[in-house]
Amino acid sequence: MSDPKLKVRVATCSLAGCFGCHMSFLDIDERLLGLLELIEFDRTPLTDIKHCGPCDVGIVEGGVCNAENVHVLKEFRKNCKVLVAIGACAITGGIPAMRNNIDLWDCFQEVYQYEGGLEGHQVPNDPELPLPFDKVHPINEVVKVDYFLPGCPPSGDAIWRFLTDLLNGREPKLDYEMLHYD
Amino acid sequence: MQQTDSPDLPRIMVPILARHGSDSAQLLQILRDVQDVCHFVPADAIDQIAAHLGVSRVTVEGVAGFYSFLSTQPVGQYHLLFSNNITDQMLGKDELLQYLCNKLWLERSRVSEDGLVSVDNTSCTGMCDQGPAALINGWPLTNLDQNRLDLIAELIRSQKPLADWPPMLFEVVDNIRRTDALLGEACVPGAAIKQALARGAKETLSEMDKSNLRGRGGAGFKTASKWSFCHAAIAEEEGSVICDIGGNPERFIVCNADEGEPGTFKDRVLLNSYADMVFEGMTVGAYVVGASKGFLYLRGEYRYLLKNLEAVLKRRREAGLLGDNILGQTGFSFDIEVHLGAGAYICGEESALIESLEGKPGRPRNRPPFPVTHGYKGRPTVVDNVETFACSARIAEKGGAWFAAMGTAQSTGTKLLSISGDIARPGIYEYPFGVTVRQILDDAGADEPFAVQISGPSGTMISWKEFDRKIAFEDLPTAGAFMVFNRKRDLFLTAHNFAHFFAHESCGFCTPCRVGTQLQKKIMDKISGGHGTICDMEELKRLGHILKTMSHCGLGSSAANPMLDAMEKFPDVFERKLKALAFEPAFDLDGALETARKITGRDDEWAHL
Repeated sequence: MSDPKLKVRVATCSLAGCFGCHMSFLDIDERLLGLLELIEFDRTPLTDIKHCGPCDVGIVEGGVCNAENVHVLKEFRKNCKVLVAIGACAITGGIPAMRNNIDLWDCFQEVYQYEGGLEGHQVPNDPELPLPFDKVHPINEVVKVDYFLPGCPPSGDAIWRFLTDLLNGREPKLDYEMLHYD
Repeated sequence: MQQTDSPDLPRIMVPILARHGSDSAQLLQILRDVQDVCHFVPADAIDQIAAHLGVSRVTVEGVAGFYSFLSTQPVGQYHLLFSNNITDQMLGKDELLQYLCNKLWLERSRVSEDGLVSVDNTSCTGMCDQGPAALINGWPLTNLDQNRLDLIAELIRSQKPLADWPPMLFEVVDNIRRTDALLGEACVPGAAIKQALARGAKETLSEMDKSNLRGRGGAGFKTASKWSFCHAAIAEEEGSVICDIGGNPERFIVCNADEGEPGTFKDRVLLNSYADMVFEGMTVGAYVVGASKGFLYLRGEYRYLLKNLEAVLKRRREAGLLGDNILGQTGFSFDIEVHLGAGAYICGEESALIESLEGKPGRPRNRPPFPVTHGYKGRPTVVDNVETFACSARIAEKGGAWFAAMGTAQSTGTKLLSISGDIARPGIYEYPFGVTVRQILDDAGADEPFAVQISGPSGTMISWKEFDRKIAFEDLPTAGAFMVFNRKRDLFLTAHNFAHFFAHESCGFCTPCRVGTQLQKKIMDKISGGHGTICDMEELKRLGHILKTMSHCGLGSSAANPMLDAMEKFPDVFERKLKALAFEPAFDLDGALETARKITGRDDEWAHL
């Protein structure tokens, strides 16, 4: 299994999220070393690879709040055999979606015109800046998602269980304790 | 108009609170009255009610927030709610709503700047035979068209009090098209009670048993069994002295007139023209189970019937048919109180209805224990449908064998059907059980019928291939709704309407229903918006399974029926709407960037998708 050609290739990214799910992923601690015997990373914040190549598993944190998120997400969907939505934001929009009740005009005015930014009281319009949607969407409204791994964030144990199930060819199944948050 | 200011509030609140006393079961009735006077429930009123009833503020807010006819934000002085059933839509309701909004310079569900008027949708108001219909400050408007809306807009602009509006706007007719054993003869007040008293409680129950009457609210539970369970529950308790509530052996009779199932309006007609028969049946029930108190739970949409119902009750009291020692029978005391609902479909479920009677949010209880042993205030309670009580009165008068001779083996007697949709003669039709759908369609003058929704959104949709099926518990059980769709109708719209209905009416108690009905609605919106795919149909089926198997009560477990039926029986109805077989986003990606493009003034390559 240590032959790199036989390793399962995994990509991860965070869209409109807080990287909390990625931090929780690191909470699998020393099991990470064992995991690396079985998988190798493509694009992730850990490798700093900028674009995703053909992969077996893609794990997406965060919802879709702007045009760039859509490009990244579509690239993941195109390249990953299995696409996993991890955490509340990817699954429902989560905290960023709290802006959905506020008109985008009002948001921009509040942030850029009343307060003023580095460039004075104007809305930035550089093409390099991703253009925001009027609402934040869960990723399954933009691409087909194969698995949803809930939690805010899912615990390291839940992520570990999910990945080992998947790697061992089992249908991932989380025990009640791993889905029980209060 | 000037919204009610706090200084005025005591003047308004004192009589309301005095009228209802300090029993917390009156909470919903108090809130209804406050809403009536103030057009909303002000925060200060909530405090005063909480102090008066000795309950927490949150308790009062919880109830005020639960019912859709109560509002903690001001609505217009004239608050107009269009009935949003599919039959109203088919009669042009959406266009009419828009027409009125345009006329009044108004946006739907926003109060006008001057606080004068607001317009919105509400669930079916039970006027499907004379739609499009609406409620204005709770009073029904029927047969709406542009002319009537012109007049209404004028009346609103001139701020004429509702009492001075032309009565024809509020006219509700019975539309009884076919009568049989139940509606065919007028009810002689007291006749059934006299017979029951002459026979005795035991014998009357045995007549009920012989009649094999089954509940008319849809579930079809045998009425005699329900009554005898309630009676036995008392006997058991008395035997082993486990009465709690102060050793009070009280039991209750409740008439379920929360006719919320879209497309049903038979109870409206019974209560309008056969109220005596209904009260008579309740009194017979009280005699059999030994109840001394009864409630009629009247849906908020039917409050216009209240005045007449109170008058009938008064007349019956004066005639010795209600009150103490009824018809001279010593110790037989029974009276009936009318409770008004406030716009919650879920209250048609018997345990939710009892919660509502107790002044709480109408959330279904865990069952068992069933209301027959633990109902209103924890006491044994019989909850039956309006039509069931009407049938009971007839049975008490004419005997069980007479009733059992009608209908089919497992469905005795007759059934009232509320027929609406694409037919020449909408209204109430009474048939013996066992009648075929085809026969009914012929009688009602259906032109090229294609599908029929039996028993409302929670029931079954049948296609033209099934028109020889029979109305009976053995084949097509029904609570009475019968909505007809002809060949030209888009049945996707029907399923879409029902998906919205269930999402709106879910009580929010259990997750499968609260979330499931919302997801259903979103998927139906997605397909309707032209973004649907086969994946979405698969998702609807998966969701349907969860709703059916995991929900707390019947609302959730039937909420997927319209989608599942339509996909199974009319797959092309859905497939025609699909954009692609593979996955499609749920919204227009590029369109969702338009606002930001406008704000930033960008139009570069990266500003598009």
